[in-house]
Amino acid sequence: MSETANMRVFRGDAESGDWQDYSVEVEEGQVVLDVIHRIQATQAPDLAVRWNCKAGKCGSCSAEINGEPRLMCMTRMNLFEPGEQITVAPMKTWPLIRDLVTDVSFNYEVAKTIPAFKPRAPEADGTYRMMQEDIERGQEFRKCIECFLCQNVCHVIRDHPENKPEFAGPRFFVRLAELEMHPLDTEDRLELARKDAGVGYCNITKCCTEVCPEEIHITDNAIIPLKERVADRYFDPIRWLGSKLFGRG
Amino acid sequence: MVEYERHDYDVIVIGAGGAGLRAAIEASAQGARTALICKSLLGKAHTVMAEGGIAAALGNVWPQDNWRVHFRDTMRGGKMLNNWRMAQLHAQEAPDRVNELEQWGALFDRTDDGRILQRDFGGHRYARLAHVGDRTGLELIRTLQQHAVHNGIDVFMECTVSRLLKDGDRVSGAVAYWRESGNLLVFNAKSTVLATGGTGKAFAVTSNSWEYTGDGHALAYWAGAELIDMECVQFHPTGMVWPPSVRGILVTEGVRGDGGTLRNSDGERFMFNYIPDFFAAETADTIDEADAWYEDKENNRRTPDLLPRDEVARAINSEVKAGRGSPHGGVFLDIASRRSTEYIRRRLPSMYHQFKQLADVDITAQPMEVGPTMHYIMGGIRVDADTAATTVPGLYAAGECAGGMHGANRLGGNSLSDLVVFGRRAGLGAAEDAAAQALAPEADDAQVEEIVADMRAPFERDGAEGPYDIQRDLQDTMHNLVGIIRTESELLEARERIDGYKGRAANVGVYGHQQYNPGWHLAMDLQALLTVSEATARAANVRQESRGGHTRDDYPGPNDAEWGNKNVVIRQGADGEMEVTTSPLPEMPADLQELFEE
Repeated sequence: MSETANMRVFRGDAESGDWQDYSVEVEEGQVVLDVIHRIQATQAPDLAVRWNCKAGKCGSCSAEINGEPRLMCMTRMNLFEPGEQITVAPMKTWPLIRDLVTDVSFNYEVAKTIPAFKPRAPEADGTYRMMQEDIERGQEFRKCIECFLCQNVCHVIRDHPENKPEFAGPRFFVRLAELEMHPLDTEDRLELARKDAGVGYCNITKCCTEVCPEEIHITDNAIIPLKERVADRYFDPIRWLGSKLFGRG
Repeated sequence: MVEYERHDYDVIVIGAGGAGLRAAIEASAQGARTALICKSLLGKAHTVMAEGGIAAALGNVWPQDNWRVHFRDTMRGGKMLNNWRMAQLHAQEAPDRVNELEQWGALFDRTDDGRILQRDFGGHRYARLAHVGDRTGLELIRTLQQHAVHNGIDVFMECTVSRLLKDGDRVSGAVAYWRESGNLLVFNAKSTVLATGGTGKAFAVTSNSWEYTGDGHALAYWAGAELIDMECVQFHPTGMVWPPSVRGILVTEGVRGDGGTLRNSDGERFMFNYIPDFFAAETADTIDEADAWYEDKENNRRTPDLLPRDEVARAINSEVKAGRGSPHGGVFLDIASRRSTEYIRRRLPSMYHQFKQLADVDITAQPMEVGPTMHYIMGGIRVDADTAATTVPGLYAAGECAGGMHGANRLGGNSLSDLVVFGRRAGLGAAEDAAAQALAPEADDAQVEEIVADMRAPFERDGAEGPYDIQRDLQDTMHNLVGIIRTESELLEARERIDGYKGRAANVGVYGHQQYNPGWHLAMDLQALLTVSEATARAANVRQESRGGHTRDDYPGPNDAEWGNKNVVIRQGADGEMEVTTSPLPEMPADLQELFEE
């Protein structure tokens, strides 16, 4: 089986850019990233694309395919109608470097602001005991491959880049929730979640959950519990009264 | 005069997979000003693709396990070609490194009493691999990454090192470029750690990512260091074979560790026909015994499906050649008939996902089609076991780019443990070395100019042949002529062809500009790919025997008397040509030798 795909790929840099059309041979079983690679090898050797594992494990090849945020390596070409025009664009939320490659450094900067894991003392033999059921939620969060599609699709920063300094984004709510729920961790990050990370900005539209290639229940399992914990501490009226009367919170 | 950013460090670490991250963490903890330089974004290195687990004799599942058993398994799996001291340190220190990962936030799967669970893997006597489902590599890299960001390490992401700099005999830094802009950097470093991974992208079918172009092997070689065992290449027995676009993607050995078995097109469990004498005493020779082993490991021997990878890969190759392969040229791997859907999805979630999404195969109901894929190179930069020092002063190496630890064949699970054991040792060695250097190095402008002229030359040849076809031709040659089964005439043919590719690569042209230009990046990567390919082809022709990941059709079987105690050594001669020699293996002390007398 060999068909021709009509690809429309964004080419350009921070200053200017435009769509470019390519006709490309497609073989059975191929994914969008294969087709992008064939364009590189046969028509446009300087077409910039970021990728690594080509197996959905590293989260490098995020893009917007026909407007939908996806991993190029996990998007099969047979998802589209024969002859259908397929557009491939860089993630919109990040500054463009070139073609399909964006500057995702925002995420690495936010990562630095989250206080490190701080475990309690180990058992007498120097190791820890944790029950499987107590770590399963954390393991779900640690499936995250940092493709940043959830960040890209979150309208708090996608439509309002001015919010970026005050909003960590879904990926880091997942990280905060993971640390909050880690059976060994002793650090308190709720103030950070409330204030600098801005979890309150999220109004639970679940766009992040929908695009997560690892199928992490970002909204239900991470963001909502995080919001609840913040609310319990800072907005619980009885606690508030208690802290006023007795100076503790 | 060339323009560049200048950076001065005590230690630079090149590569940010498990070994590089662990090295940088250690160097920084020792007080060295440390830079971590990586070709990709942080956290994307090939380590994320490791699936099944990290081997360490924790003894959580089998209290009988200890470092001596792990050491013995590792040496036997490597067909005794391993550097014994590396194998010893690895087996002794792996449990501490795994517990350390837990202290840094890793969440491994648990035993019923809350300790770290361990799973069976090929060649390991006891269930030994700490794991997180089938995404252990991701857990390892994320844990190290999250630990490293708080350790004051400067990270240079999407930054590729082209050449090392030298000051006399000593490595004194590196010349690199930003992939994003094409702009140049010069690092002055008191010591340098290479942790760049493997050479898989020299082969047509590989589980390796694009980064695996043999950079560290080549950088070390060009700087005068020795490489050993470059003929020892691991073809993982189970890569995906269909559809063509995913050919080579890894299918974890955990599938077999958790109950999957191999069958040919006749439905036969063919591994029973391929049990070598070397492993006969510890391997089940009937289906009944093998099946009983899954439940009762005390009274039964292990299934031959879990022989070391070299044995299984050769067996699959033979079955396919004999016409008993699956429709797409592999064999069948079946876990659905032994395990429940729930069990498979819990233990092997990313395998489930990968086959469902990429091949329309439901592994909880159907068998997978699998075949050998180039996965790992045991050969690498010769290092001192204790300090990870190479044969060139100021230069250290750890992880896949270092040689010796795994001998002629690596056991599954021993790579992730290798990364953290020797990553730490390399960071320590490099930091101590840096602290002993009185003077900070200063790059020699003439060297920098020469390197940069080489890097930019492809732009001067706009209109000449591009790099993509050369890489593809090289990959086909290595796959067809230096692959899983080798013979002298083909190896000589391969060398001739590689010489031809070197000529083409010397005249390669690229167009466009320097900003994130993958054609240009590949043109530069080709230099390393060609160097490591030549090294593997030459070494493979010199070792006239079959051992582990090196199989010669014209010299079947091992030749212990002639080759059992020798490394094949590669270095650059004074005339710039590649030299191949041999050197004796380091001799194992008597108390360790006793472990093999049973």
